[in-house]
Amino acid sequence: MQNNLFQDQKFRGILYQTLVVGFFALGLYFVINTTAYNLEKRNIATGFGFLNNPAGFDISFSPFLDFKSTDTHLKVYFVGVLNTLLVSFCGCIAATILGFIVGIIRLSSNWLLSRIAYIYVEFTRNTPLLLQIILWYAILIQLPRIKQAPQIWETFYISNRGLFGPKPIFLDGSNIVILSLVLGFIISFFIARWAKKRQDTTGQQFPTFTTNLSIIVFLPLVVFFIMGSPITLEYPVLKGFNFKGGAVIRPEFIAMFLALSIYTAAFISETVRSGILSVTKGQREASGALGLKKNWIMRLIIIPQALRVIVPPLTSQYLNLTKNSSLGIAVGYADLVHGFGGISLNQTGQAIECMAITMATYLLISLTISFFMNIYNRSIQFKEK
Amino acid sequence: MENNSNFETRKPPVATTGILGWCRQHLFSNWINSFITLLVIYFLYQLIPWFLDWSVFSADFWTNYKGELIVDRTFCSRVADPEGDHGACWAIIIVRFYQFMYGFYPSEQVWRVNLTYFLLVVALLPLLIEKIPGRKHLIKFTIAFPIVAFILLYGGFGFQIIPTNKWGGLLVTLVLGVFGIAIAFPLGILLALGRRSQLPVISMFCTLFIEFIRGVPLITLLFFGMVMLPLFLPEGLNLDGLVRVLVAVTLFQAAYMAEVIRGGLQAIPRGQYEAAQSVGLSYWQMNRKIILPQAIRISIPSIVNTSIGLFKDTTLVIIIGLLDLLGIGRGALADATWMGLSNEVYVFVALVFFIFTFSMSRYSLYLEKKLKTGINMGAD
Repeated sequence: MQNNLFQDQKFRGILYQTLVVGFFALGLYFVINTTAYNLEKRNIATGFGFLNNPAGFDISFSPFLDFKSTDTHLKVYFVGVLNTLLVSFCGCIAATILGFIVGIIRLSSNWLLSRIAYIYVEFTRNTPLLLQIILWYAILIQLPRIKQAPQIWETFYISNRGLFGPKPIFLDGSNIVILSLVLGFIISFFIARWAKKRQDTTGQQFPTFTTNLSIIVFLPLVVFFIMGSPITLEYPVLKGFNFKGGAVIRPEFIAMFLALSIYTAAFISETVRSGILSVTKGQREASGALGLKKNWIMRLIIIPQALRVIVPPLTSQYLNLTKNSSLGIAVGYADLVHGFGGISLNQTGQAIECMAITMATYLLISLTISFFMNIYNRSIQFKEK
Repeated sequence: MENNSNFETRKPPVATTGILGWCRQHLFSNWINSFITLLVIYFLYQLIPWFLDWSVFSADFWTNYKGELIVDRTFCSRVADPEGDHGACWAIIIVRFYQFMYGFYPSEQVWRVNLTYFLLVVALLPLLIEKIPGRKHLIKFTIAFPIVAFILLYGGFGFQIIPTNKWGGLLVTLVLGVFGIAIAFPLGILLALGRRSQLPVISMFCTLFIEFIRGVPLITLLFFGMVMLPLFLPEGLNLDGLVRVLVAVTLFQAAYMAEVIRGGLQAIPRGQYEAAQSVGLSYWQMNRKIILPQAIRISIPSIVNTSIGLFKDTTLVIIIGLLDLLGIGRGALADATWMGLSNEVYVFVALVFFIFTFSMSRYSLYLEKKLKTGINMGAD
């Protein structure tokens, strides 16, 4: 009887799974028990109460939230998340632009140019990202000191302490200018939709790009002057050993931004190249036969079809970039891992809570990015009629 | 042929053949291209001589511009004579070369490391060359290699024990890379099979594990291994620092490896499974004899690519204080005797990594080409 039971596939399946769940539960029970014992022995408090305790350290780079050392660990967390998102967002955009350019250059008919793009791709892809971040940082802090900082139009100063530039000051009425900018974007969105619909039905073209560009530029500009210039610039002025006023981009951020975007762009360029190569030769020839101009062929025929191949790997490159932004700890960029998962963890000793929150946040960011990229991917896929 | 004999065979126009024609076609096809070509040549003309000058012609190797042996930074030409036109000071690499290669491994025992490197090459041979004589026996050695390497490097069995905090430099980089890949590979196969399993609980566990690991950065896993693992383990069981890092790196790599192998598994046509089952093979027999050999064959290029990624990612261990190649370099820069020579150190470390990863990526490209022709031949 038992022999028969073991030969039954269903029974065996249930048995194996029960064993797996059992072992897992046993392991979990063991880990929780030892952890509780270890924590008690080391006098480490548990729970998330520490989030409301003052942090007691300063964060040098916090462009969105004003951070003081008396602020709580919870605020450290939010500063970290914002910094992670900031460098990832800027990095993704720059990497996409650079990656597309390099990918197209690699297919250029100019042999020398495509060779140089190839060398760039191979060198950046085959050296560790961490090394590149550290190298960029080492280069940036070799820049001249603040006293000798080279300047551009007495507005921008390049020094080893960062890039100094003017800072916009928002006075009364600046909201309306910003609102008009948003309004400009909304109007141009509807114009683009209307123009596409008209072209689809009647075939008549509409200069969408120039119209929208002028709406987005001139509408806020006109409002700006009507409101009596409510936004002014505050220039950095050298006082003593440092600049007073103005805005500054720290070398940590610049190093992270440059390294992440240049590194990821090399990978993106490869997916762009393979995407473009995946469009069959006939497509190019057919559009040429229809009399389309060379850059129109690229824009209207090749790129839309290549995007279908490019977008899925592009998504994973964005995810990689976001996860790689955690390397900011190596140069002291106060991102999630450095600020909250590093300094807060060391100060409070609550390793489990800090790491759990940090990991959960990264999971959430990853899921959000793949969610939106999947929506975009679905919108560009070939719709079979 | 005879019909054509009264025609004079004309050569193609000079402008499309030979070096000149090639240049015209690939460099000067129109005025924009010509302009770009000239611009690029100008930049290369500026860049290449400058770089060669910096790295070779004006650089210090053993001695400085006065002919003195360089023992610390003050002897470097570019430090001693900042006004002069001097290049890199490679002496930092030369003087600390032993550290870059082996860390603080005792020098009278270093033959063990060298022997391990040699055995690593032997172990790789049957994987790299398919038609090597005695491949079957060599493969057995390859499988046993991690154990042999561990005994040689760490000690025991009559060898003096060298604690891992004495290891460093390229040795740590290679240990993390090779062990990480070697352990992650079977683990990845199991995870991939588990994710595709018919048993819902097992497939759920594997999927959750893979997606969790792939969703978080490696550095958080390294922190996990450093600060959380000791809390999870009972007292007295103190895992070695390198082992804790290796656990994190291996789990990380296994998740990525699993996805790559899963891709290979998905490419195997259903008929292969059905045929195997109809001959009466069990699940493990079927996978071991029919499915996995084909699936892994398809996914080897991607496996090599993720391995390159892991090899580069081993540098992350410097953040938690291990001294790999980059860590030794940073250590040298933090030392007052060699401060300020960061360009030399980083260029050297980059070059070492480049040599390893570039040869791996060439190999994966070669495999890809070979596989493609193999598949085409099968189709014909």
